Amino acid sequence: MIFDVEHETLPREELEALQLRRLQNVVARVYENVPFYRKKLDELGVKPTHIQKLSDVTLLPFTEKQDLRNHYPFGLFAVSRENIVRLHSSSGTTGKATVVGYTKRDIKNWGQLVARSLAAAGVTTGDFIHNAYGYGLFTGGLGVHYGAEELGATVIPISGGGTRRQAMLLRDFGATVITCTPSYSLHLFEAAKEMGIDIKELPVRIGIFGAEPWTDSMRAEIESKLGITAIDIYGLSEIMGPGVAIECAKVKKGLHIQEDHFLAEIIDSDTGEQLKPGDKGELVITTLTKEGIPLLRYRTRDISRLNTAPCRCGRTTARMERVTGRSDDMLIIRGVNVFPSQIETILLETDGLTPHYQLIVGRINNLDTLEVRVEIDEAVFSDQIKNLQRLESKIEKNIKEFLGVTARCKLVEPKSIERSEGKAKRIIDMRQSQA
Amino acid sequence: MKVDQLSIFLENRAGRLAEVTRILADSGVNIRALSLADTSDFGILRLIVSDFEKAKENLKAGGFTVGRTTVVAVEVTDKPGGLNSILEMLRDAKINVEYMYAFVNQSGANAVIIFRFDRTDQAIELLQKNNIAMVPGETLYKM
Repeated sequence: MIFDVEHETLPREELEALQLRRLQNVVARVYENVPFYRKKLDELGVKPTHIQKLSDVTLLPFTEKQDLRNHYPFGLFAVSRENIVRLHSSSGTTGKATVVGYTKRDIKNWGQLVARSLAAAGVTTGDFIHNAYGYGLFTGGLGVHYGAEELGATVIPISGGGTRRQAMLLRDFGATVITCTPSYSLHLFEAAKEMGIDIKELPVRIGIFGAEPWTDSMRAEIESKLGITAIDIYGLSEIMGPGVAIECAKVKKGLHIQEDHFLAEIIDSDTGEQLKPGDKGELVITTLTKEGIPLLRYRTRDISRLNTAPCRCGRTTARMERVTGRSDDMLIIRGVNVFPSQIETILLETDGLTPHYQLIVGRINNLDTLEVRVEIDEAVFSDQIKNLQRLESKIEKNIKEFLGVTARCKLVEPKSIERSEGKAKRIIDMRQSQA
Repeated sequence: MKVDQLSIFLENRAGRLAEVTRILADSGVNIRALSLADTSDFGILRLIVSDFEKAKENLKAGGFTVGRTTVVAVEVTDKPGGLNSILEMLRDAKINVEYMYAFVNQSGANAVIIFRFDRTDQAIELLQKNNIAMVPGETLYKM
């Protein structure tokens, strides 16, 4: 089903005309209201009136995640604080989080875009949605929640964690749709099996999965084990949250970008040059309608490509290929974004540990695991086991507190972390090879 | 009455202990007493050696994290209740034993036990007051 036939099936010329009007509008708004953008545009000698055609987007400056951090917490907001009705934030060490604000209209638009996404995935008003994305500062839980209500489906705000209880309620309530990270769906499947519950036998028929990269082979595994159709959803909190793009259940080949609200480009992440349609590169998004924190050419660091060919589902919106990687070192662990630099900051703040560390990411029982190896030095060494174990627990606690991920800390001997050309190898991600 | 003990951080993997003993052997350093405490990931090797400074220097050069800890070597009569009387004395003074290990002394009739106390100075004072024999570091290194 197409939730918003008018906007999702616009002829491309009309869609692009709408995008241009909205682009001109957002550039004018940020020039007027966000000192950061005014300064950047002035430096480039670009005035809002210079945006005459859609391709003029390349005249605009990029926005990086770091820009949001530099203006923590509200420095990039384009409306006064009284007009913001909700805040969300990504994890981060003190002062390093990215904060986004939504106006009433932003929340309404978001709900509609998630409703469109759910409909594209095959969800209808009669469905029961078991929403296992985390509720809170993370955009996943509330994002799906408002969309489900907008669509008119029944939403169960189960949130994350408590897996055995989740399995029980999935059976007892008879949900027909599940929303969570793809790896969690498999974890839930295994946990349910141990309780004698076979999810395949339950009424659940659709799974909408996002917030972490996954592969087609993982999709096949989820679909056969859970007996459902697995749909990929894309979003990021800086842009809005879930619902920026969605696969249609009919074709399942690429994710439809909600182009009347987002202008997508693919660029070469090294040169910043815009690439030709169909080329693979970094996805860059300009928010066209957002009021709270509109962003020009936000660099998602997600690697994808765009396809504007019409889709058999009837939608005319461009489709982005499933994200295949990142152009930076960000890790996604159980749906939480983690940068190695954040771990480094935590280590330095924990008893002045040396920055010699390594992150080992794995997957056990379909759940991501993070091991933080830290080289010990004389300053923190003790002849007593309990002191060293206390140090390990302290690091684990700080990581959990600041980043929201569970990590296991392991002290290792000095110089034992592999160094290539003098530079320590920071990340070993074993999930790809296991997938 | 204090004794210098070397503490060495070891990862729990094959060959690490042998690497320590190889470095000591190459340095001509003799081991007088030792104990190894371990967890699932790492261990702490504690050593009393014939030449503390030389051992420390060469182990550090070999890439090990090495610490110096002050311990006390106590002579314990080799008969039932010998250790017990000392421990009760410490308990009554509320001195805590962080860890301890026995030291095989071929020559003497007494056993020697290495103690790591939470309050080393008070422990020494208490033992001296009660005429408990302690082995000074200088003697122990040369034994």
